[in-house]
Amino acid sequence: MAKINNKTKIEVTDGVLIPARDDSSIFSAWRIAFYGAISVLVLLPVLSPEPYCHVFKFVVGFNEDWHFDFASSGLVKTFEVTVLSIICALIIGLLVGLGRISRYPVINRICTVYVEVIRGIPLLVQLFYIYYALAKFVKIMDISAAVIAMAICYGAYISEIFRAGIQSIPKGQMEAALALGMTRSQAIYRIILPQTIKVVLPPIGNEFIALLKDSSLVSILAVSDLLRRGREYASTAFYYFETYTMVAIIYLILTLFFSRLVAIMEERMKTDVNQG
Amino acid sequence: MSTRVKVSNVSKNFGHVVALNNVSCEVKQGDVFFIIGSSGSGKSTLLRCINRLENVTSGDIWIENDLVTGPKANIRKIREETGMVFQSFNLFPHLNVLNNITLSPRIVKKVSIEEAEEKARILLKRVGLLEKERAYPEQLSGGQQQRVAIARALAMNPMVMLFDEPTSALDPEMTKEVLDVMKDLADEGMTMMVVSHEMGFAKAAANKVVYMDNAEIIEMGTPQQIFDNPQKERTQRFLRNVLRT
Repeated sequence: MAKINNKTKIEVTDGVLIPARDDSSIFSAWRIAFYGAISVLVLLPVLSPEPYCHVFKFVVGFNEDWHFDFASSGLVKTFEVTVLSIICALIIGLLVGLGRISRYPVINRICTVYVEVIRGIPLLVQLFYIYYALAKFVKIMDISAAVIAMAICYGAYISEIFRAGIQSIPKGQMEAALALGMTRSQAIYRIILPQTIKVVLPPIGNEFIALLKDSSLVSILAVSDLLRRGREYASTAFYYFETYTMVAIIYLILTLFFSRLVAIMEERMKTDVNQG
Repeated sequence: MSTRVKVSNVSKNFGHVVALNNVSCEVKQGDVFFIIGSSGSGKSTLLRCINRLENVTSGDIWIENDLVTGPKANIRKIREETGMVFQSFNLFPHLNVLNNITLSPRIVKKVSIEEAEEKARILLKRVGLLEKERAYPEQLSGGQQQRVAIARALAMNPMVMLFDEPTSALDPEMTKEVLDVMKDLADEGMTMMVVSHEMGFAKAAANKVVYMDNAEIIEMGTPQQIFDNPQKERTQRFLRNVLRT
């Protein structure tokens, strides 16, 4: 019997390992790293408030009396860049991914060239290009430049995930939809994409985490994200070791937290399907 | 009886492979038109050309008065008029049984939800699966899935049903429950084209049998003519081989 369901899994080759509960070795490694990082984050400022506590406050965005200041928060900036970028990248990725399976050769070619070009240029170079090189023609604000560059770059990678996900759906699904009188776009929207979501969710979660990490590159532009705030602090207080230790720990906690979240989401989807 | 499907000098090539070579046949209203032959003989390709899942290389196909082949054909209308049942069922795994059946009437024919569901329940009752309307495909056996697939195709009120090896993926018990549904359909006067290896069913339900080999129609006739008194040597050899096993 031909089994048509969502057993298809896209192999993930880079980024953080997603700790599923049934994979005990990775899951326990995740626990050690996550709770270890949290302990370090708590213990260092407690045992040695000067400078660790100050670094923490400065980077995350608390003032002297622990009031949270949105505007100066590196954490908020990092999230702002990451979330805006991933939303734009998902839109670009979906459109380009659909373009790559299009029957129209022109659309197909344009999308394929886009992916090849973007994947061949380092993200840092793309950031410089959009912020500095294109400044000759248009002045793009710091955060917009960062979001545009990250979205264009990650859109290319995500389009590959969508393409692979769509192509992993058995072709009998499209044929059955067409045979029932649906147009190709109705079939894609109603039949193919809903099944694709479950397949692409884990790799897209991974891209989100990778993007969160790569968002530190925007500290090069005048965007005050976590890393940039760290640099500002270190360069005035000269606590390089202490500052970058705290910054690294914060990034680590964030990525480990989100990788677990992705794993939980994936488990949910699996059980949803089984129970119907 | 009026002609429902007319296939006239149809050829189909896949690259250098000839899948159909100058095939002609006619299916009349109420016919149960059986196509037998070894695998790779072009049987499935013939069905798939009729609802244009494949495009013919040359020749013409008509459904009633609509020309299926050719650039001006209204492909969606043709597909609404033909119901297709696949070997691998191809139910939509993310939709429950009821939604599998009602989706196409709703979005293609713009039927209201109430009307579509009412119709779907009548069809589910007919295939004996009324209590499964909330189930998802993977919770059903193969035979149940295929019966839902038949109900789904019928929901579009097709003029002709195309069955592409509907029982090949099923074990004998489940085969029977699917064949029973098909027999009922035939008795109700549905026009059907069936590609299948179920010779017993062909004898019982078919009124026309076609034997295909090597992309061509070798012999055509009533079940009695083909099974009991085949004229061509190739047909005789095929039937000897099939009936012996």
